[in-house]
Amino acid sequence: MVLKQKMTGLNGDEASAYATKQVDPDVVAAYPITPQTIIVERYSEYVADGLVGSVFVSVESEHSALSACVGASAAGARAFTATAANGLALMWEILYVAAGLRQPIVMAVANRCLGGPINIHNDHSDAMGARDAGWVQIFCENSQEVYDTSVEAWRIAEHPDVQLPVMVNFDGFTISHTMENVYTLEDVDVKSFVGKRVYMKTESPRGEVEFRLDPENPVTIGPLDLQDFYFEHKVQQMEAMKDALKAIGSVDNEFEKITGRELKYVYPYKMEDAEVAVIGLGSAMGTVREVVDELRVEGVKAGLVKMRLFRPFPVEELKKAICNVPVLGVMEKAYSIGGPGAPLYEEVKTALYDIPRRPLVADYINGLGGKDTSPDMIRDVFKSLQRIKEKGTVTEPVTYVGVRE
Amino acid sequence: MSEITLKEMAKKPDALVCGGRLCAGCDETIVVRQVMKATRGPTIVTNATGCLEVSTSIFPFTSWEVPWLHSAFENVAASASGIEAAIKAMQKKKEGPLAKYPRIDVIAFAGDGGTYDIGFQALSGAIERGHDFTYVLLDNEAYMNTGIQRSGGTPFGASTTTTPAGKVVHGKTETKKPIDEIIIAHGTPYVATINTAWPLDVIKKTRKAIEVDGPTFLHSLAPCSRGWRFSPEKTIEISRLATQTCVFPLFECRQEKGRPVYELSAPSLAIAKRPETKKPVEVYLEPQGRFRHFFRPTRNEALLKEVQQSIDTRWQILCEKAGV
Amino acid sequence: MSEDKKRGWKTLPKGAVPYKSSKDYKTGDWGVAKPIIDHTKCTKCTLCHFFCPEGAIKVREDGYTEVNEDYCKGCGVCANECPVKCIKMEMKK
Repeated sequence: MVLKQKMTGLNGDEASAYATKQVDPDVVAAYPITPQTIIVERYSEYVADGLVGSVFVSVESEHSALSACVGASAAGARAFTATAANGLALMWEILYVAAGLRQPIVMAVANRCLGGPINIHNDHSDAMGARDAGWVQIFCENSQEVYDTSVEAWRIAEHPDVQLPVMVNFDGFTISHTMENVYTLEDVDVKSFVGKRVYMKTESPRGEVEFRLDPENPVTIGPLDLQDFYFEHKVQQMEAMKDALKAIGSVDNEFEKITGRELKYVYPYKMEDAEVAVIGLGSAMGTVREVVDELRVEGVKAGLVKMRLFRPFPVEELKKAICNVPVLGVMEKAYSIGGPGAPLYEEVKTALYDIPRRPLVADYINGLGGKDTSPDMIRDVFKSLQRIKEKGTVTEPVTYVGVRE
Repeated sequence: MSEITLKEMAKKPDALVCGGRLCAGCDETIVVRQVMKATRGPTIVTNATGCLEVSTSIFPFTSWEVPWLHSAFENVAASASGIEAAIKAMQKKKEGPLAKYPRIDVIAFAGDGGTYDIGFQALSGAIERGHDFTYVLLDNEAYMNTGIQRSGGTPFGASTTTTPAGKVVHGKTETKKPIDEIIIAHGTPYVATINTAWPLDVIKKTRKAIEVDGPTFLHSLAPCSRGWRFSPEKTIEISRLATQTCVFPLFECRQEKGRPVYELSAPSLAIAKRPETKKPVEVYLEPQGRFRHFFRPTRNEALLKEVQQSIDTRWQILCEKAGV
Repeated sequence: MSEDKKRGWKTLPKGAVPYKSSKDYKTGDWGVAKPIIDHTKCTKCTLCHFFCPEGAIKVREDGYTEVNEDYCKGCGVCANECPVKCIKMEMKK
């Protein structure tokens, strides 16, 4: 049953802060960095006005932000943080620790490019650099999705089959600072959906215990692993991420019933008969959708696949979403310098390698450092895809879009 | 405080049990055993990477019978901040699994690596934010766990693997970072030095540190028979000599109305009152292999004099601060 | 330990929580010497209990101390520190 919702003007940062306020996690430990600053500022206002019960820890660096979240989460609290770019890079060590120690922390990332040179604008290099750490990664197209994901993230993180931290990604400035109409649930409905934190069950020398620091049932969290056990522990994490593929869907199903907004891992758009299609993450896909509509009017059988879930990578859903498209262009705002392509291209191609009729795939790196990805550039990409279709082969696997030579 | 006697404390079961893999004679476990006797109720411990952490948590074994978290090397103060914030939040909201406890104490253990150097930022930040926890520095004066490399806490002249005493350079050329003064300068409510040679003093100061609201800092010397190169049975003896030569004086410092108020502890106060009982620093240096080059092949009088003078100056400054 | 190596990722506790107390790991075979406490000289000062790195010296009900040889690593600190020198380190056979 779709619940009552109110429409408010919120930018992406505000949507993240507002959703988090409604969840009211016990501990918020964050360090300001453009373009996430509005999140911490807004949350501090909520604290100052007594609107939340959270304890706000003004940590002295991002590394300490996530470390404090790990401490708080280990102690059984709900812990939230937010960062971007170099802040995410600074906490890189602890990303692996948080995931390895199975702490269901939620972190908002206002995607921004990594320095150097330093630049405060949007691209996905920060999130991509973290993709191996073991965090669930969801990419939001607009402020509405930021709000929805920021509420849902807690149930995903704490799902008994998951118990992994969740990264809520959205484009810095483009989404974080752009006001949009956002439908928000009532406080009581958010609290009811999110419920109380669910703890993982584990085993200590005393027997079965809940996985949290408690003087009555002491557990040791973060031991030293030697060669005999580390691999096994890592596999446990990998399997949990595999189980997340199903678990996230179950949380999505529950949440879309109360919001009325459909939630999928990938969103195919006009793919049934598409001859050329683009796939990508984030807000730029909204622009691509507009271009696809225009091209369709002009008689081009264009299509789009917007990916929402990136980790765990939804291989089966991707395979279904591309239908029978002969040519697929990956438009991504990231890079893997020296690699055979950029991250999303590599992953999409790997996922599709074994299917009987796999499309030709080409990589279009765009928008690095916040360079605008205009409709004209997208049209150029589709033209390039059409040329590939005519040739029947990809001569240039990786091209840059919108860069001056 | 009246119930704190050695006989009473001896009855208290250890929070850190037998079977850990630290070296025979390691002072770190002696510190931890003595410190943990002073707990007054439910306690959560967090531990930086180092000898103690690594040797007491080798999977699938754990020596800790209290809730214990290790996450990384440089962030124990941030971990402690998070744990303390979690406790505060749950108690404020009156919900969550820790809300039922009227009080939970948080203790952070770290070595000199995780405190003077890589962990300094997190410690400084945690103190500035005023979290209610007790930080115990286990100072064995080098990165012992990775093989005796120098740290900011390594004393002048000590030979470590990255400051070896060679033909041209005589061990570490820099002096030991004055960590106590730095922490006191932060306005930390209670700072004290402790020495396992005086267990009752350790326990009483730890209890004070736990009881004081806000961040508190205990600095323990932790002689390492491997890294300092002496025979393991001499651990407590070397530790005692450190205080008897005023290399490691015992004192407490509280903040009273915005001013640091110093008080020498009994073993050091005795020396201040009767300076003739102060032992020359070489009595402390000679038994340690890491200072071997001070004495062999010939006595390096210049080096010994330099060390004695700097110890004397620091001791004098401390006595002045303590009003003795 | 050999039977533990059989515990794989499917059965190991989640979150990498150690499931054995180190009390199951007897370090008593580490040392070449062990302390012998002479109770006729012992003054029950309890200092050896506080100086033992392992916590292997317990204070009994009657106030005298005794060594748990399952864990004693033979470091010799107790013997070196006893104020009345009633502890002697004896080489193990």
